[in-house]
Amino acid sequence: MRRIHFARMVVSVVFAAGLPLAAAAQQIESHVGNLTGHSEPGRQLYFRYCWGCHGPHGDGNGENAPYLNINPRNFVAGVFKCRSTPTGTLPLDSDLFNSLKRGFNFTNMPSWAALTDQQRADLVAFIKTFSPRWKSEKPGDPIQVPPEPALTIGSIKHGGELFQKLECWKCHGQEGRGDGPSASTLTDSNDQPIRPYNFTSDNRSKCGKTNQDLYKIFMTGLDGTPMPSFADVVKPDDAWDLVHYLRTLQYNSPSPELTLWESTPEGRTVVAAKAVKQTDTGSGVKP
Amino acid sequence: MRGRLAVLAGVVVLAAASAAFAGPKPAGGTISGKVTYEGTPAKMKPIDMSKEPSCAKMYTTPPVAETVVAGSGNSLEDVVVYISAGAPDDAAPSTAAVFTQKGCRYIPHVLAFQVNQELKIVNEDQTSHNIHPLPKLNREWNKSQPPGTPAISEKYDKAEFIPVKCNVHPWMHGNFAVMKNSHYAVTGDGGAFTLANLPPGKYTVSAWHESYGDQSQEVTISGNETKAVNFVFKAKPY
Repeated sequence: MRRIHFARMVVSVVFAAGLPLAAAAQQIESHVGNLTGHSEPGRQLYFRYCWGCHGPHGDGNGENAPYLNINPRNFVAGVFKCRSTPTGTLPLDSDLFNSLKRGFNFTNMPSWAALTDQQRADLVAFIKTFSPRWKSEKPGDPIQVPPEPALTIGSIKHGGELFQKLECWKCHGQEGRGDGPSASTLTDSNDQPIRPYNFTSDNRSKCGKTNQDLYKIFMTGLDGTPMPSFADVVKPDDAWDLVHYLRTLQYNSPSPELTLWESTPEGRTVVAAKAVKQTDTGSGVKP
Repeated sequence: MRGRLAVLAGVVVLAAASAAFAGPKPAGGTISGKVTYEGTPAKMKPIDMSKEPSCAKMYTTPPVAETVVAGSGNSLEDVVVYISAGAPDDAAPSTAAVFTQKGCRYIPHVLAFQVNQELKIVNEDQTSHNIHPLPKLNREWNKSQPPGTPAISEKYDKAEFIPVKCNVHPWMHGNFAVMKNSHYAVTGDGGAFTLANLPPGKYTVSAWHESYGDQSQEVTISGNETKAVNFVFKAKPY
């Protein structure tokens, strides 16, 4: 009896030691807060939820991909839009995790908030197996987003001056409608036509709806798209002024910035002028 | 005493001179030739810069696209001729390779430099540009460069031919040729190139053009001779 029990114990110890080690040698991990994700369970989830669009090879050529306007992310290239890290660098695990939870506004990528945190962490680990860049490079150093300074009229107006000086309007248009002089010729890094963000649509931007999300978009750039990083040319205080101004362009969505702006006569006139241009087609052209 | 001093001084001078001569690499073989095209290249269209008046006003006649630059005597310009095999990798030089945005165009149209060499990008225009190189092997980044801001400093760690564009000004096209060694040249008018200081060995010389593709030839260098190598590209009518 004791001998059989001992043999079984030895066998189970050998198995317990052997299998996870073998699996761990191949697995990539992700670290998000207190969570550790593993690529093996991530693989099971990927081939249940993701491969229809992102493809069995993770290159964005899934079965559904030909029908999607904004193409699914090609994970093999290792280029990602929504990051906390500088342009040209890999995102943090938390960037990928948050992208999964949030989804991508104005695309067919839904929010995967229905999955558990652990499942999302496992998916992040598996996504990192597609590109060889994860083996040779570390993610970039995340940019420091300073605390948001007080919202003032001066901040909004200075942001407006920056919008002109940095020539954001060349693509985004003077009112941020995405109708600037260069807008119609924009192509992404795969030569597919792409439109600049229309601030008048609503208060969600590609990478989220908070002011911090907006800050990170132009301070890290949306890699793979025409939207560059302004990190080298905009100081953090100026960046916050720009965020405050950009919120006033989202005149269809209430925000503290818009409310403050409309409390001034100048702001009221500017916003009122925008509303009048709105026609049934939204093009501003009277039929 | 003076005589001995003079001799000593002479010896020192001689030693210094021979040390100076011993410094640079001994001259090796040379591969030189011309790059030409046959057939009729497509006619380059004039660029419409009306959307950027600050650049349009710099030209009395609009400039033409530089996808194919045909030089005198059927020569092909902007061809990168380089040693693609047979030479060891070289450390990057300490000088930067400079890429300038001027008149809403890239100068030079093709910039060749080495792996890990500093690339300096300068904006001399009155308008903002964004520099968006589109590599497949190296990292893809995209940076805005308003007028009056400092030069952008970057480098690439893999050899690759990288198209460069500005998203704001869609007619702007350029190329980076990131080279593994120091034996490369970019042809100008006349299509001539010279690759010098090649130790004896078997080399593969390659020529790359952004529209007409690339070609290679094998060349053997045995001493200090000059070997003639010419490339002829087939021009495309479109």
